[in-house]
Amino acid sequence: MAEQQLVMYEEEFVQIQAVVDRLLRDAMAKVVMLVDMNGQLIAQSGETDHLDVVGLAVLTAGNVAATGGIARILRENGFAIQFHEGEKANIYTFLVSNRLILEVVFDARTSPGLVRLRLKKAGEALAVILEALSRKQNQPGFDLHFEGITDEDIDNLFND
Amino acid sequence: MPHINVMTREISFKVVYCGPGLCGKTTNLRYIHEHWNAGHKGKMIELPTETERTLFFDFAPLDFGEIGGLKTRFQLFTVPGQVFYRETRQLVLKGADGIVFVADSQYPRMDSNEEAFYELKEHLQGLGRTLEDFPLVVQYNKRDLPAVATVEELRELVNKSGVPDFEAVASTGQNVFETFKALVKLVLAELRKKK
Repeated sequence: MAEQQLVMYEEEFVQIQAVVDRLLRDAMAKVVMLVDMNGQLIAQSGETDHLDVVGLAVLTAGNVAATGGIARILRENGFAIQFHEGEKANIYTFLVSNRLILEVVFDARTSPGLVRLRLKKAGEALAVILEALSRKQNQPGFDLHFEGITDEDIDNLFND
Repeated sequence: MPHINVMTREISFKVVYCGPGLCGKTTNLRYIHEHWNAGHKGKMIELPTETERTLFFDFAPLDFGEIGGLKTRFQLFTVPGQVFYRETRQLVLKGADGIVFVADSQYPRMDSNEEAFYELKEHLQGLGRTLEDFPLVVQYNKRDLPAVATVEELRELVNKSGVPDFEAVASTGQNVFETFKALVKLVLAELRKKK
């Protein structure tokens, strides 16, 4: 079964970023990230300057994938929400349409209840945007310009 | 499938190193990551067990600069090689744009190579792909050790389809970049095919 490719367009990217920014404010969170199931970071907001966001995104996707494996063993459809409680930092993750992972990192400035409430609302808003994005995927309009790349160009990349 | 962001003009590919336990997948990744231009890589993440064997996956993000007008990133993963981690391997292999199969050249490891290769073949079949039409490169690792099989014997076992293959010593870096480079070419060729 081939997976559908997700190409992110400007219109939806702006909408997604707005949802992520709003969630950060409304939930009074430290960091909000949107990640695809392969761990590719799609959007982020908050205190990410000194955070390894690429690593966090990949580990989050790995975590969600492993939890999905647990769900299969237990004959569950999946676990849409996950909560990790630490001494200072806590994390909520929410599965959006089984395609994207919305993650909120927060501390004592807010409460898990508030985060969960805002997270679900943001997840619903993202599902609508994702639906619109899925409809766009098969439309032409974006030229990748990969046709003209030669093996020599690739060799040069390794020589730098 | 690569992740493409039109607005930020970025494209990300996922590449997975698989093969039997202790064949040198993590060593390949470590070598590439260590020798990659410092300003063009993220942190490498390893998730080992107490005995330093990969539990879930290792991960190394590499930036390639611009290719075809897009900022291009390759995310390298390894899978755990031990037989009983099959479920985890399937999770990590999901969504891969290209695969390096690392075989252990030592004679006593031939059964493990065969088993791991058979599992990979099954995985690709599950995706509706074949060994010939998926971006795949084979590496015969540990060529510096005694009692290694000949390349012909290894080809007979894990590369009958004749994909690009390399003799390597991952611990010293011999042919590590050549293997990776061959895969990058195949992955980009695959993308050109789709357009």
